Amino acid sequence: MKILVPIKRVPDPATTIRVLADGSGIATDNVKWVINPFDEIAVEEALRVKEKQPASEVVVVAVGEPAWQEQLRTALAMGADRAVLVRISPPVDTGAVARILARVAADEKPDLIILGKQAIDDDSNQIGQMLAELLGWPQATFASKVELADGRCTVVREVDGGLETLSFPLPGVITTDLRLNEPRYASLPGIMKARKKELKEIPVETLGLNLAPLLKVRRLASPSKRQAGRKVASAAELVSLLHSEAKVL
Amino acid sequence: MARSLGDLDFFGLEEFLAPEERLARDTVRAFVEREVAPVIERHFAEGTFAMELVPRMGELGLFGANLTGYGCAGMSNVAYGLMMQELEAGDSGLRSFASVQSSLAMYAIYAFGSEEQKRRFLPEMAQGRLIGCFGLTEPDHGSDPAGMETRARRDGDGWVVNGVKRWITNGTVADVAVLWARTDDGLRGFLVEKGRRGFSTHDIQGKFSMRASITSELVFDDVRVEESERLPQAAGLKAPLSCLTQARYGIAWGAIGAARACYLCALDYTKARRQFSRPLAGYQLVQAKLVDMLTGITNAQLIALRLGQLKDRGQMRPEQVSFAKRYNVVVALEAARAARDLLGANGIVNDYPVIRHMLNLETVNTYEGTHNIHTLALGRAITGLAAFD
Repeated sequence: MKILVPIKRVPDPATTIRVLADGSGIATDNVKWVINPFDEIAVEEALRVKEKQPASEVVVVAVGEPAWQEQLRTALAMGADRAVLVRISPPVDTGAVARILARVAADEKPDLIILGKQAIDDDSNQIGQMLAELLGWPQATFASKVELADGRCTVVREVDGGLETLSFPLPGVITTDLRLNEPRYASLPGIMKARKKELKEIPVETLGLNLAPLLKVRRLASPSKRQAGRKVASAAELVSLLHSEAKVL
Repeated sequence: MARSLGDLDFFGLEEFLAPEERLARDTVRAFVEREVAPVIERHFAEGTFAMELVPRMGELGLFGANLTGYGCAGMSNVAYGLMMQELEAGDSGLRSFASVQSSLAMYAIYAFGSEEQKRRFLPEMAQGRLIGCFGLTEPDHGSDPAGMETRARRDGDGWVVNGVKRWITNGTVADVAVLWARTDDGLRGFLVEKGRRGFSTHDIQGKFSMRASITSELVFDDVRVEESERLPQAAGLKAPLSCLTQARYGIAWGAIGAARACYLCALDYTKARRQFSRPLAGYQLVQAKLVDMLTGITNAQLIALRLGQLKDRGQMRPEQVSFAKRYNVVVALEAARAARDLLGANGIVNDYPVIRHMLNLETVNTYEGTHNIHTLALGRAITGLAAFD
């Protein structure tokens, strides 16, 4: 079983994000960078498969700048076997990332691709779906449980009405939801071992892909500050205010 | 608990850390936030050690992490220091456990043990499956270990030990004690395993500090020890003192963690709490305290990092360790006391970690060479004149 796990470098969820005055991006000084938490869950899930099937190989891949090595090394320290960094300079849109990952998948020929359902920076929630489409593979998104047996994958996914169970033949694409697992820490011996694991860099130009962005980020803005709430004396007053002031009734 | 652990890096020291050093720190920080913080106040209140955390620390490879081989992680001394810092941001008692296990017990075996002793004990101790303690201090000999009264006398092909050791961290839970005793040939070290006839331990009660840590007395009453249990490479007081240098190195880092937790707690608290017309942090008296804390902690960070760099190059001198232990701990203690003051009445209850850190740091100031003793060691180093016998 070979599992490909695409990961993204994002600001630590605990970081306070500040939008630059000109709206062109976020201030990156003092930002701590981490593996996108949903992708970290994907790494963990791949490692759990490997624990059950020791002959498995877990390959982590990222599409980004040289600094992204840091997150790939973290995944290697958690236990992934090797890493691939496709080097590209921003801006990169989701379509380009999906096309690059599809190309890496074509070269690597994994049995399964697991990745986060979305990245916590732009929350686009597109890469897994696009990747499955480009590869012509089945997909199961928002997985809260994954089981592998006899060349098939069974995924329980969280949908609005409850739980849905899907089953598909490998190869396929899974995107992870929050409750799939709790990722391990990189152990200290794991961190030392990771230093000797392979991290291959591929300049994106060598892939010969057309990556012209279809999406352009025009401006970023902070959400407007929330107003303080107000206490009302009675249900009647509430209804009246919802009608006259909030105009939602 | 509000933010208590976050980063405090006023001078951008992050860039001097290797990627694996940052990762090791982040692993321990995450462990402390998720697994230590939720249980530590209860352990401190009840006066119990968080034994359930030991296997987890073993799995993560924390014990003896700066030793190489024998199942140890082989990390740099800077990485080891960062780990100690993060553990002590959780609790000084937890860091003490790790210090004793790693820098005193494992290091003593690593540096002075036979190949057989190293193979038998180190991998198990690295995993946290065997716990060690370090018996040097005695009821009447703390700062003056050369006056030790515990004796090991030759008995056929082995030894018989008599004496009492006191203030021994991990004593009652240890599977093996590194015991230092006077012999006719001078000071020697022995490995005495739990359950040996005549060897008993009990805990010291009534502590107001390090309540989430075990502090014990070890009693040796005609305890038979084999020659194969003696540490063959250890001769004279130099051997245990070199172990203490290792542990003090970790303490110099650890104290920063406790101080940082107190500072960040006080910063958040004084920004959030309003008295009269503004947040407490808006008053000059409060800002002066916060700035002094920041300055002290930042100085301590610079000292610790430089000390770690020197240790990694094999150039660290014992008087530099005395300098760092003495300064960093007193800075941490002062920061904790200032934070306690800034939190007002909330500074005396365990809704906040500050009073616990403050009480713990009183111990850290005393153990592993008191503040006064390190002053004398430094005084001797710079004048060439010993102000003690």
